[in-house]
Amino acid sequence: MPILSTQKLVKSFGGVHAVDHVDLAFHGGKITALVGPNGSGKTTFINTVTGILPMDGGEIHVGGVVMRRMNPADVAAYGITRTFQNARLIQQISVLDNILVVLTERNVWGALFERHTALHLEKAGNILKKVGLWEKRNENAENLSYGQRKLLEIARAVSMRANIYLFDEPFAGLFPETIEVISDILRTLRDKAASVVLVEHNMNLVRELADYCYVLDGGKVIAEGTPDYVLKQPQVIEAYLGK
Amino acid sequence: MEYLIHIAVLVCLYGILGLSLNLVVGETGLISVAHAGFYGIGAYVTALLLVGLGMNFFLAMALGIIASGLVALLISGVISRLRGVYFLFGTIGLNIIAWSIFLNWQSVTRGPLGIPSIPRPGIWGLDLYQNLQFLFLAAASLAIVYFISVFIKKSSFGRVLNSIREDEEATQIFGYATSYYKLAIFTIGAMLAALAGALFATYITYIDPSSFTINESIFIFSTIVLGGLGSSRGAVLGPLLLVFLFEGFRFAGFPSEIAAQMRMLAYGFALVLLMLYRPKGIWGTFRI
Repeated sequence: MPILSTQKLVKSFGGVHAVDHVDLAFHGGKITALVGPNGSGKTTFINTVTGILPMDGGEIHVGGVVMRRMNPADVAAYGITRTFQNARLIQQISVLDNILVVLTERNVWGALFERHTALHLEKAGNILKKVGLWEKRNENAENLSYGQRKLLEIARAVSMRANIYLFDEPFAGLFPETIEVISDILRTLRDKAASVVLVEHNMNLVRELADYCYVLDGGKVIAEGTPDYVLKQPQVIEAYLGK
Repeated sequence: MEYLIHIAVLVCLYGILGLSLNLVVGETGLISVAHAGFYGIGAYVTALLLVGLGMNFFLAMALGIIASGLVALLISGVISRLRGVYFLFGTIGLNIIAWSIFLNWQSVTRGPLGIPSIPRPGIWGLDLYQNLQFLFLAAASLAIVYFISVFIKKSSFGRVLNSIREDEEATQIFGYATSYYKLAIFTIGAMLAALAGALFATYITYIDPSSFTINESIFIFSTIVLGGLGSSRGAVLGPLLLVFLFEGFRFAGFPSEIAAQMRMLAYGFALVLLMLYRPKGIWGTFRI
């Protein structure tokens, strides 16, 4: 049974259906790739599922709950977290604080009287060491390089200890060494039974990492199956290369 | 000496205002120019209770702080949903509404005539008639507000405020109901501003609406931009420098008919130069 699925999900901009009655299902312990040409609706799908964009129709099923409206502040409570196509860090605070902010108390009063503890620091330290940013922990996030920013955003998402991770183009523009670090993180999450959703353009990485693949075009699902299978389908080749 | 004590009291009062506004603007990124409104609510409620009912100063001050907090709580329920420039315009409206009430609710506030003969506070039977005695009260209040400011800044709550300041939507994705955080800090800021208002009313012993205009809010805002947004030290340094700049012009030798204009001119130049060459302010950690 999928831990996250959508039924007839719709998101429109004016008369354009960016996500057009889409049924997708994501299972625990799997990496599921969302691929498709630019403008096919991948990022819009993720933004709609996480409440960044209000949905215009359909349902989201998560953890046995059916939702027709998703609030961004409720996403974490359903065990969902995400990264963004362009890393959205808390720029003018330290790298360490960028991690601590997701480890500490959510309740207003609880947060007011809470100081981060040695346990919080240990958890933040572990993930920062894993992505190679421990030495940069006291620098403001705005001073990091592009690749480091991507790594920090992924580290922050992983610190959420969610069940469902939505990664929007985590490998875009990165060096092979950094790609390997992120690939390892994705595999580790899968091994821990999390559901990993990967929006990606690099088909070699999709083949290497994904267990299942959906191909979107024009807001609709045009193919699904294992990466090797879907990437050979004529409608997929046509979507990427044209007739 | 008496004049220096007077300036020191003003620095303490503006320091409290700066620290409280910094929590809203510098730590949370909510560009508010409603602070003089809450400052005024604290001043008016305290003054009315002292003059009308002869209430104990600390009780009157506490009620002034609570009144300001309740107003902020009610209003921020609406305006905390706003972002950026929309929030700014909401707070401009708030300050105008507060000022209009001070001016026009004449049966209570006496309108432009103001409230005279506000008694100085008394502590343990000791009336603080001397400015030096009042300075100790003002300085102690500033120290308490500074402690509160640092306490908030160092808490997990403070870190979430910084996160909201930079990217509210992403902060929500981490599971934070950001509107509650904005509501809480706006209310705390308003309550601390009301403390400064209560002290101001009893120090000057007279208040009228002219002390709580939008210009006053902009001046308070300017002090924290100068000192540096997101810095408690800066929120005290900024008022200190601007109060000294303003007062220093009294001794610059300008003819009395243009002295006030020259003072405003220098204030304006200082802000333009600051934005050009040091947009983070002197000790700022945050750039708008």
